[in-house]
Amino acid sequence: MCLGIPARVVEINDFQEGKVDYLGTKVKTNFSLLENIKPGDWVIVHAGFAITKLDEEEAQETLSLLREIAKLDYQQK
Amino acid sequence: MKEFRDKRFIKALLRVIKEKIPSSPQPVRIMEVCGTHTMTVHKYGLKTMLENSGVEMISGPGCPVCITPNEIHEAAIDLVSQKRNIILATFGDMTRVPTRKGSLQTIVPAPGSKVKIVYSPQESLELARVEPEKEIVFLACGFETTIPSIALSVKKAFEQGLANYSILSALWLIPPPLKSIVDAGEIKITGFLYPGHVSTIIGKKPYEFIAEDYGIPGAIAGFEPGDILLAISSILDQIKEGKPEVFIEYSRAVRPSGNPIALALMDEVLERKDAFWRGLGVIPASGMRLRKKFSAYDAETKFKLKIKEGSGDLPGCRCGEVLRGLIFPSQCSLFARKCNPDSPYGPCMVSFEGACLVYYKYNRLDSEV
Repeated sequence: MCLGIPARVVEINDFQEGKVDYLGTKVKTNFSLLENIKPGDWVIVHAGFAITKLDEEEAQETLSLLREIAKLDYQQK
Repeated sequence: MKEFRDKRFIKALLRVIKEKIPSSPQPVRIMEVCGTHTMTVHKYGLKTMLENSGVEMISGPGCPVCITPNEIHEAAIDLVSQKRNIILATFGDMTRVPTRKGSLQTIVPAPGSKVKIVYSPQESLELARVEPEKEIVFLACGFETTIPSIALSVKKAFEQGLANYSILSALWLIPPPLKSIVDAGEIKITGFLYPGHVSTIIGKKPYEFIAEDYGIPGAIAGFEPGDILLAISSILDQIKEGKPEVFIEYSRAVRPSGNPIALALMDEVLERKDAFWRGLGVIPASGMRLRKKFSAYDAETKFKLKIKEGSGDLPGCRCGEVLRGLIFPSQCSLFARKCNPDSPYGPCMVSFEGACLVYYKYNRLDSEV
């Protein structure tokens, strides 16, 4: 039930309603729970609402952590 | 994003996890609280891989459809089968939960009434607008992820004077049952994998008491295999260093203080109440009801519904024990026999995130051996 999908914002109007692109499908989405959302942003959509904005920098940071652990492991082997 | 599923990373992480397992005789047992995590753990075969690395994963009470007790379903069934001109709107999974009175999908609605599956709270509010001669009752089920949008639907109905809209609350808060599970002491939990999407709303603070008061480490995890393994790796580090905390692994989506707009909205429209959970009983301040200002939108008072706590699960159903992490689904004698996805006997076999359905889909061969 708490399934959320990462999707890219395609359009948003003054009433905080708009659409996201999810794997090529345009899905009607409400953005009332977020601020300063603009087309191109990535968000998590749950039950028709965008509930959080995805942070590119943080994603990269988690990935580097992942890479680092993997690299450390390779070096040990 | 592909890298979060990269086989090489997964293998490396599993090796790292294996090396970090403490040498104590106590097994490392991590509860994944969220149903969507249960899905990731099983779908990608992590459950077995982690077992081989020394980590036992158990599912917790993280599926709102599963923990909603039968009496709420029965109240909804009574309403739509006895009263005319009701549209009972709810999420799809909710219509299939079997009770002594049948399920919302199998009962015969009263003349002019019907059950309608909706995808979002906004859709149910829209029904109130386009069907003014009907009473729209939204059987509102969800955790903190869904609660803000449900609160918004009530606030909008209030502002727009849509008097034919109301909600039947099946709204649940995630941190209180975790305390109940730890307090009950029925199973020893080494660490918690906290739900990712609930945490986008509430942040990390509501879990901190688990680290501070109980000394149990935890991490808020994303939903890719790499996320789950990184989170587990952090939990093991916390054990090693003797510094339990709430680590945010899913930092691309979760801010430490959550989503302020959503939190303010929840607080404006709803207040906490003691609530009865399937399998867990009454948990203080674990549910939500509408505040006085919005009480006209509360279906329970509007239609004088009698919701009797503890009216009970179907005889023989062990969903309650599954939800407490006491048994694996395959330990229930009904599992994959009387209770299966085509004809579920308990809610954990209904919901896509129910532990029983997840086990049925991904682990049946193991569990039947």
